[in-house]
Amino acid sequence: MTMSNTNYNLPADNDGKSIGKFLVAQLKPRGKIFTLFNMISVPIMTLGIVLIVIRFVKGIGAITNLTQEVPWGLWIGFDVVTGVAFAGGAYVVTFLVYILNMEKYKPIVRVTVLNGFLAYVFYAGALLLDLGKPWNVVNPIIGNSFGVSSVLFLVAWHFLLYMIAQLIEFSPAIAEWLGAKRIRKILSGMTLAAVIFGITLSTLHQSGLGALYLMAKEKIHPLWYSEFIPLLFFLSSIFAGLSMVIFEGSISQRVFFDQISQKNHKAHDGILHGLSKICTLTLLVYFFMQVVVFIHGKHWDLINTRMGYWYLTEMIGFVVLPMILYFYSYRKRNITLIKVSALVTMIGVIINRLNVTVIGFKWDAATHYVPSWMEIMVTLTVLCIEIWVFRWIVRRMPVLRDSPSWVKEH
Amino acid sequence: MGIDRRNFFRSLGLTGVALGAGKKLGATPEQSDEKEFYGILYDSTRCVGCQSCELACALANGLPEPDPEDYPMPGTIRKTNENRRTVINAIETPQGEIYVKNQCMHCNQPACVAACLTKAMLKTEEGPVIWRDRKCMGCRFCMVSCPFDVPKFEYHSPNPDIVKCNMCFDRVKEGELPACVADCPAEALTFGTRRELITEARRRIHEDPDSYYDGIYGEHEAGGTGYLYISPVPFEELGLNTKLQKKSYPELTKGFLFSVPSIFILWPAMLLGIHNATKNNAKTTDDDE
Repeated sequence: MTMSNTNYNLPADNDGKSIGKFLVAQLKPRGKIFTLFNMISVPIMTLGIVLIVIRFVKGIGAITNLTQEVPWGLWIGFDVVTGVAFAGGAYVVTFLVYILNMEKYKPIVRVTVLNGFLAYVFYAGALLLDLGKPWNVVNPIIGNSFGVSSVLFLVAWHFLLYMIAQLIEFSPAIAEWLGAKRIRKILSGMTLAAVIFGITLSTLHQSGLGALYLMAKEKIHPLWYSEFIPLLFFLSSIFAGLSMVIFEGSISQRVFFDQISQKNHKAHDGILHGLSKICTLTLLVYFFMQVVVFIHGKHWDLINTRMGYWYLTEMIGFVVLPMILYFYSYRKRNITLIKVSALVTMIGVIINRLNVTVIGFKWDAATHYVPSWMEIMVTLTVLCIEIWVFRWIVRRMPVLRDSPSWVKEH
Repeated sequence: MGIDRRNFFRSLGLTGVALGAGKKLGATPEQSDEKEFYGILYDSTRCVGCQSCELACALANGLPEPDPEDYPMPGTIRKTNENRRTVINAIETPQGEIYVKNQCMHCNQPACVAACLTKAMLKTEEGPVIWRDRKCMGCRFCMVSCPFDVPKFEYHSPNPDIVKCNMCFDRVKEGELPACVADCPAEALTFGTRRELITEARRRIHEDPDSYYDGIYGEHEAGGTGYLYISPVPFEELGLNTKLQKKSYPELTKGFLFSVPSIFILWPAMLLGIHNATKNNAKTTDDDE
């Protein structure tokens, strides 16, 4: 995926004129076709789509290793639970920019919201693959089947509403792309409301994803089960999301170099520096909470077991270590090290979410669930399609590049 | 700290309810006084392990007929699955070989029902916990939540069902006995209201304390279950999970769910307040440190 020297013919102001032609022109591919990413992702997606067809013809068991005891595997534990944590960057960055009015982070707000939005669309999409009867997915939304006592009911509604809120937050970029001046004005007027609504929803469903596992009290290893799972999930979604923002940002800075203005390019290091401070602090609070939970759990006896060593690995190697790394790189203003810290944090979040949902779930059962290669392939397919859509949008809409000149800020 | 948070949630919850945003959060239909839940008492001292209940269950529910080669053997644990809703297992004890039946426990406040976001799982007023095909979306959250690992899923079907014992709800509604109870030749299964069954179980234990372990499994487990067990040996020897909590499982998510309405009211107000308070900083904060 190298940069391309395409000229971007921005429609000055279409106002509906020949919009059809414009859209057709926009659908054409841009940039090089034979890039490394394309060469890898196309075979994965082709295979993944074949597997998805098999899944719908023969049932979920045909391509997954799920069992009667472990009904939720990689698709829920990684795609949904971990993916949504990583998408948390959107609510944190909108909080910084629109609620705390930190103008500094404005250059990354659009790309972060876009990433968050696509993450939800595709992870909710991946959820459909995991549903036995996906055609009934509308039941909790419309109709008379409201299971309001279910945490999943809350999560489902929040996914839907948050996707709408994020679409509203992002919509000015779409209006700018289409050259719709008046509509843009209306849409950007709705941003603050959407942000406030979105942060509220995120607080509840980030923790709600943890609350899903509260009833599985005896099934999750005691080192990972506590009544505090919702709070821990919420706290970790802050640094999970921001680490993803740092990670994605440093890739976008290279890949979409041609999109980013000189000014924003220079500002990026400062943004990462600021984010590293927030990550240090939230990791510290999170670690403190984990220690409190551990002490209250009274599980000292479990430390000297295999799962205990794994628990210590997670806590020291993937909470304390990234916290120190973030702190050190923040003090030294070492941008490369900030990116390394983000990577270590992200691995830690993946490990944590999988420990609760897959590795620690039925840890004492005779046979363990290990995802099949086909489950992994479908997960990669979802990821690849998401990146393709992301790239398509970034190349066309003012996401990373500045808004067209007709947009007057403030 | 734990107490603090719990109290915090509790007060938040009360605020939420007081603010009138209260949705109906009860996990089950309210236990009305007029109607009592039906249940089944299983007496392991009477069970002869003949598997009549397995056959009756398969016939009554249109399941494949049980394999005659597959019978209870000490040392092997047979499990319910998508093709059989109840199984009998044999256990070797100092008192000889005894048997134990497994199936849905029909909890008073079932975790599966609280988990279900489409009300496909339903605790009926009569007591049986039933599953409804049209509502289910196949998310399997009921399986994740059930402390007894009862609901099973048809992994190899394009239109998969959740499979579990429904205490022959259609028969119960008509005033008939569940198939397994009707066909038990040893009278190991007794159908009745939960209250009657507990009285009957106590009577049997009281009249013959040498033959029974002193206790009724299901009286308090998971907040009380519709299926009740009495046995000659402690229940963990029967392979029943005795480490389950006495509170009902939906209790575990109540704190979280009660906090939702309050957050929905408090958060937006707080966020708007911060937004307005920091509005003027926007121009000056070049660096937020």
